[in-house]
Amino acid sequence: MGKIVVSQLGKAYKMYPTRGARLREWLLPFRGPRHQLKWILQDVSFEVAAGEAVGLIGINGAGKSTLLKLITGTTVPSTGGVYMEGTVAALLELGMGFHPDFTGRQNVYMAGQLIGLSVDEISALMPDIEAFAEIGDYLDQPVRVYSSGMQMRVAFAVATARRPDILIVDEALSVGDTYFQHKSFERIRQYRRLGTTLLLVSHDKQAIQSVCDRAILLDGGRLARQGKPEEIMDYYNAMIAERENSTLRLAETDAGKLQVISGTGEATVAHIALYNAAGEAVEVLDVGEPVTLAVTVAVHAPIPRMVLGYMIKDRLGQPMYGTNTHLKELPLDDMQAGQQVTYRFQFDMNLGAGSYSIATAIVSTATHLVNNYEWRDLALVFTVVNMRRPHFEGSAWLDPQIEIQRS
Amino acid sequence: MMPLAMLRGLWRYRGFVTGSVQREFQAKYRNTMLGAAWTVLSPLAMILVYTLIFSQVMKSRLPGDTSEYGYSIYLCAGILTWGLFAEITSRAQNVFLEQANLLKKISFPRICLPVIVVLNALLNFGIIFGLFTVFLVASGQFPGAVFLLLLPVLLLQVLLAIGLGMVLGVLNVFFRDVGQFYQIFIQFWFWLTPIVYPASILPPAVRDWLAWNPMAAVIGAYQHILVGGQAPQWATLGPAAALALLLCALGMHLFRRRAGEMVDEL
Repeated sequence: MGKIVVSQLGKAYKMYPTRGARLREWLLPFRGPRHQLKWILQDVSFEVAAGEAVGLIGINGAGKSTLLKLITGTTVPSTGGVYMEGTVAALLELGMGFHPDFTGRQNVYMAGQLIGLSVDEISALMPDIEAFAEIGDYLDQPVRVYSSGMQMRVAFAVATARRPDILIVDEALSVGDTYFQHKSFERIRQYRRLGTTLLLVSHDKQAIQSVCDRAILLDGGRLARQGKPEEIMDYYNAMIAERENSTLRLAETDAGKLQVISGTGEATVAHIALYNAAGEAVEVLDVGEPVTLAVTVAVHAPIPRMVLGYMIKDRLGQPMYGTNTHLKELPLDDMQAGQQVTYRFQFDMNLGAGSYSIATAIVSTATHLVNNYEWRDLALVFTVVNMRRPHFEGSAWLDPQIEIQRS
Repeated sequence: MMPLAMLRGLWRYRGFVTGSVQREFQAKYRNTMLGAAWTVLSPLAMILVYTLIFSQVMKSRLPGDTSEYGYSIYLCAGILTWGLFAEITSRAQNVFLEQANLLKKISFPRICLPVIVVLNALLNFGIIFGLFTVFLVASGQFPGAVFLLLLPVLLLQVLLAIGLGMVLGVLNVFFRDVGQFYQIFIQFWFWLTPIVYPASILPPAVRDWLAWNPMAAVIGAYQHILVGGQAPQWATLGPAAALALLLCALGMHLFRRRAGEMVDEL
């Protein structure tokens, strides 16, 4: 239960040159088609195993929503098909079909029936729904007096009232207050632990990387790439930054991880290393140890303004800390070809034990979207171990001074 | 989608269908003080207006019938049943457009939507027609056992309405002119059917043309039963029955072939 097989899936919309053309095609089918097909999605095949969590990413218009609609069955595919085992719950648009004049409770019944639950089943689930939505007496007030967040709470509570074999989520989680976002995400994680297959569409890197086993990148209606979430996310970021005559290549690091390098190439990172207080290059560091990150940039073509940025990420690719010389107000102007610049960033390694990576970016402004000279993921990988401190949890070193008053 | 699968889907979503009918009914009168009374009041007002103007003010009498209520019953027999027909067809032709969001976002058996329309119309009709029946009994005009013959005629009329409604509903998604056209068409259709006036006042040349109006035969059957207390002339309903089956078949065919494309168009 919970398997999804998408094979050769394609969707094309019929485009008629005039309104009358469709009528003529219907009435005179033997005269041949009068429409053109506009392909939104083509030749997409993938499988999601039972219990797996897959993230779907892609820029707007890449075909993500269309793919989800095809999978949930609201739209009929033009080619190929979707095969699913088990019950499906889709959080595509929460609060769909809520009637403003009816109370939350009545709308719960309506929404429940719309996803195929019977009145008895909904009544049985009602205490859970009530408890999860946490909107108190508002449940018996008309939905028109609800805030959008409250409506969202009720809608999410109904849609996920029963654990489905397959859960399909489309960015719905970005709505609502932070508390409820956490709560709803926790429910998704919980269902996942219980074996629910998850298909998640999001632009949110954190969401994808913290929940998914695998990511699928859609580009221009085709499946561009699939693989580990961090790798796909890096590729996706690089893809966004990719501009005319910029290159995108993959290099394999010593650890066997794929390193994504993209950019127009006017400047590149020639050397990068971490040094300890004694000036030795190190890859293993102690918690809290003072270190220097040294980055040498080689300039290959004139650059009016150069900014170097770096980001330290954990092993899931979640950012720990990032900054750049634009934010630090130290950009370099009028760089000439052949010049080399060495940056030294000194800081204390206040991270918890774990494996981390550093990504670098050579750009001209605060972001990599204007000029992307070079973007290099996994430029450096290092490990933090806790050698001298008492054990602590988490990836940040936020050591407290403890004061205890007993009275 | 095969018809059987369609029925199975419908059965699985019966809770949604009955719930929707109930809610649509409630929604109409929510936030009103009189509530469901409005269901009765508005058609009642309409009947009163017609009855008062024609039978009291204009002193209209049915040819060969001088009773005070004769014309009122004749009028109601036609207007109430026409109302059912008009409600089903006009609602069905818009139902897919109105529910565009639902169709695009949620996967459920689409056939539920026209079924909800029909059940809703039948519910409204049941209320008003029940009221009318009470009036018939109270005024001593109840036609007796022949009243039961209304049922087959009603069935035929509902089939005709569903068939037409489905055809219009699907077509209206692709060609919005259909909806506009039908709004005008049904006005003419109403007045070209002997509902307000008896067919006998028409000149013979025009009356022959009524054979081409399937609703004239259906409404005529109601009037036969309710005013004359006679069984309808079944043979006159033949063309209407044939048309009903034809429209139902065409409607289902269109619906099954175009349901997928319909969502793309919305």
